[in-house]
Amino acid sequence: MTLTKSNIVDTVYARTELTKKESSNYVNEVLELMKETLEDGEEIKVSGFGKFEVRKKSERIGRNPRTGDEILIPERKVLRFKVSQVLKDELNGER
Amino acid sequence: MTKSELIERVAERIDVPKNRAEAIVNAVFDSMKEALLADERIELRGFGSFSIRNYQARTGRNPRTGDTVEVPPKKSVHFKVGKELKDRVDTIN
Repeated sequence: MTLTKSNIVDTVYARTELTKKESSNYVNEVLELMKETLEDGEEIKVSGFGKFEVRKKSERIGRNPRTGDEILIPERKVLRFKVSQVLKDELNGER
Repeated sequence: MTKSELIERVAERIDVPKNRAEAIVNAVFDSMKEALLADERIELRGFGSFSIRNYQARTGRNPRTGDTVEVPPKKSVHFKVGKELKDRVDTIN
């Protein structure tokens, strides 16, 4: 089974007096706000869930694993997620 | 940004009272957490996907003392950033 946005919308709908349409719009707004925040380079820390942070990677020489050719991987920014210790412990049945 | 700041910004953005924004944000993360605890994947198009990775037991070493230690098997969460967010975060390129 896979959780998708529509399952999240259902949860919002079940827990609030919002309509299905509003629930769906608001879930999209939450995700968009998170994307904009990360785009600005700001980290997002959700207690009990995890932390999203943008990291700068410096330029390096990579290799095409198929051809063995060397390629220059330019400086870039990547998103990293670190799961919270609380959630990790729960996953491992330690709580 | 913390979860409470996220709630405040959501309230402002969609113009709802803070307790309503809190219910929405909590519903989002609670459902994601429940899915992961049930060993389910999460797929949020344009954002990314989360899945459970199982790590086998292994023999590790205490880097300070050099003693070998048995590391038990464990589960962790793996996140793969979605195409849209990946591109948006990389403001350099």
